[in-house]
Amino acid sequence: MGESTALLQMQNITKRFPGVLALNGVDLDLREGEILGLIGENGAGKSTLMRILGGDYPADSGDIVICGKQAQITDVQHSIALGVSIIYQELNLAPNLDIASNIFLGREPAWGALGIVDSRALYSKAAEIAGRVGISAPMNTLVETLSIGEQQLVEIAKALSVDSGILVLDEPTSSLSPAEASKLFEVMRGLKNAGVSMIYISHRLAEIRELCDRVVVLRDGERVGELSGDRICPEEMVRLMVGRDISRFFPEHGRHAEGDTVLMVRDLSYRGGRDVVNFDLRAGEILGIAGLVGAGRTELVEALFGVEPKHDGEVQVMGENVEIRAPADAINVGMGLVPEDRKALGVILEMPVTENISLPGIGNYNPPFMDRNKEKEVAVELVDRLEIKTPSLNQLVQFLSGGNQQKVALAKWLGISPKILILDEPTRGIDVGSKSEIYRLIRELADDGMGVIMVSSEMDEIIGLSDRVMVMHEGKETGILDRADINEQNIMHLATGGSQA
Amino acid sequence: MKKLLGMTLLLIMLVVAICTFQWFTHPDHSITFLSSVNLCNLAQRIGLLGIYALGAGIVILSGGIDLSIGSVMAFVGVAVAMLTVAGWNPFVASALVVLCCVLLGCWHGFLVGRIKLQPFIATLASLLLLRGLARGIPNGIAQTISHEPFAFLGNGSYLGIPITFWLLIIIALILGFLMNFTVYGRYLYAIGRNAEAVRYSGIKVNRVRTLAFVICAVLAGVAGVLELSLNHEIQPAQSALMYEMWAIAAAVLGGCSLRGGEGSVLGVIIGAMLIRVMDNGMNLVGVSSEWQWAVIGVIVLGGVIADAAYKLRAANKT
Ligand SMILES: Nc1ncnc2c1ncn2[C@@H]1O[C@H](COP(=O)(O)OP(=O)(O)OP(=O)(O)O)[C@@H](O)[C@H]1O
Ligand SMILES: [Mg+2]
Repeated sequence: MGESTALLQMQNITKRFPGVLALNGVDLDLREGEILGLIGENGAGKSTLMRILGGDYPADSGDIVICGKQAQITDVQHSIALGVSIIYQELNLAPNLDIASNIFLGREPAWGALGIVDSRALYSKAAEIAGRVGISAPMNTLVETLSIGEQQLVEIAKALSVDSGILVLDEPTSSLSPAEASKLFEVMRGLKNAGVSMIYISHRLAEIRELCDRVVVLRDGERVGELSGDRICPEEMVRLMVGRDISRFFPEHGRHAEGDTVLMVRDLSYRGGRDVVNFDLRAGEILGIAGLVGAGRTELVEALFGVEPKHDGEVQVMGENVEIRAPADAINVGMGLVPEDRKALGVILEMPVTENISLPGIGNYNPPFMDRNKEKEVAVELVDRLEIKTPSLNQLVQFLSGGNQQKVALAKWLGISPKILILDEPTRGIDVGSKSEIYRLIRELADDGMGVIMVSSEMDEIIGLSDRVMVMHEGKETGILDRADINEQNIMHLATGGSQA
Repeated sequence: MKKLLGMTLLLIMLVVAICTFQWFTHPDHSITFLSSVNLCNLAQRIGLLGIYALGAGIVILSGGIDLSIGSVMAFVGVAVAMLTVAGWNPFVASALVVLCCVLLGCWHGFLVGRIKLQPFIATLASLLLLRGLARGIPNGIAQTISHEPFAFLGNGSYLGIPITFWLLIIIALILGFLMNFTVYGRYLYAIGRNAEAVRYSGIKVNRVRTLAFVICAVLAGVAGVLELSLNHEIQPAQSALMYEMWAIAAAVLGGCSLRGGEGSVLGVIIGAMLIRVMDNGMNLVGVSSEWQWAVIGVIVLGGVIADAAYKLRAANKT
């Protein structure tokens, strides 16, 4: 089937942003009825290429041919008219509207010319599409009350609600649970059988191998290769993406955590007091928190960090009772949190890299004055240490690629060297190369005596990096696994509500 | 920065236009706009507007809005006037009443931060409440005071420059320092852009927001005192009516975005100058003052549209 004709050809596409050559003469062709993988490190230009296809902004030069016809895509509407539908990496939903209205935003079924919305049809059509992608919430649920994963599903439903010949999915699974993701793959296979061609972007190479007929690899804005058939394997893909072999993905485990207990949590209740959790964290260890989506992991760490002030129970930091009512209190006793929702909570998109990195610390440099020299010093060092790809320190974070934004969210905390660092899905949307970098970094921090809590939905990450794993199910911890017992079976057993042997 | 340049250019063009018009229309080619009496008058009015516009600008910068400015000014005027009539020294009365404005700012901060009211609603309530008090307490009766040293505040000048303008310069320097050299400035900008992310970074967002409301209320209070001193009397129902709108207009013209996170002290002052020069120009050119609101409305709209168009073009260029 890979032999069918090219439905879409992007030829010699070049795109320059101030200070960055994002795409340099890239070719991409998509054949009828195939799923084409598009991979590359953070900032390689994947999203930029797709935004050009979607009419978000024009290319500086290059041609786009759709169905053999030259297409001058001028704007988003035009691209949709050409049968292109794109699920962007960033969510673009109206938070104050419900699911159904979001799915059909701007295309509501209406009676006659008056444009009175036919809500009956709206809700039944929406329910049908939502059912296909596995949205379980009622159609009149406000989008702002949904989890990020659920919002992502709404975004997917929205793209499916228009009949399109070309569907682009830019990292749709980065915030989905494994169950939600496999549901999505099922939908994608169904679409493929119905003749829809898809471009699929992901940093999860296993997914790419499972789904894609062909893979195009970008590196630093250039097309560096194409793989098909058996050659679509993680080793080949990594080699092309990174330009070298990554010999060791996860760092050595720590010099074993014999450090003092830095954090002791006793009968901590959150989410209105239904759930109670107990655990300890020692200096120098990485404590993984695993569980299915909805197990309450994010709520737990947010309660710990004082985002949700109302909770009961006892928290001790370095052996002393602490009362944490706000993030400011948490930081005072030496905690840091890299939140799950990077765009809304982790960084300030319209602020420069430097000012984002210095935000938690600048109040302590030389209060109440703003010490710009120190600020810059810290930023330079961290940008270097985390290898954040940015044309300058003054670049607004919104113009960085997703993975580099995440690194900024992490860098913020390294600037104030907390004793306890909480990471909520730390490598979401980060490429393999940077991932192993970040793992090494997390391990280094732990080796330097920091206690690290890492919430993650990625089994590999939990198993590969944690010294101990706490597994949660429906808001309670169901068990804590020591190094020797950490494996997929044990984790899944506890995550689905089983008890510890 | 580019926007500031644009607005400064507009200001210069306006001045040139007024001067040219007068040169051609006056038989003796006299330019009354540039007469020292007129300039002094203009500076006095720019000083007044600038002071309370800066307050509005800082709240807007932090992502909020303060609608109570005009009512605060009226209330402060009535309170100081009544205390003076009752035998207080007007300076002491002013200091006391302006101090009370700190409480008002805290109250706004409390309503917005703790009770989670929208700034628009919280300060709308104060707009109504304070105007109501200003009218109700003296039972609608105008208050007149005569106290030479106190009148000097609003009417006097030093080295040829009106006191109100001196005050504006001092306040602008203080605020400029706060915004550019202390962390509070950074926090204000950041909160205007994404308050949640700032809270997650461990900054006490409510305190910083409250600071903005306090600055605004205090500056409105100071402006209220100056207005009373200037006019020697206060009409509870008319005094400073809708002044918050002039303040917001000046801030927006000067580059503040109502979305928050954008704006500068210098910008707001240029915005205030634009409005006052326009006012003054229309007077001199002989446009009936009945038209002034409409003309300022057009200018504000034009300024914002030009800015939006510029931004759109810049975005398309990349
Ligand atoms: N609007 C913009 N203005 C300036 N630079 C930009 C803009 N959009 C993207 N860039 C830059 O272009 C490069 C390519 O970014 P792009 O978002 O396409 O990467 P990506 O391959 O999708 O990465 P990721 O996997 O992290 O999502 C990056 O260096 C990025 O900083
Ligand atoms: Mg991307």
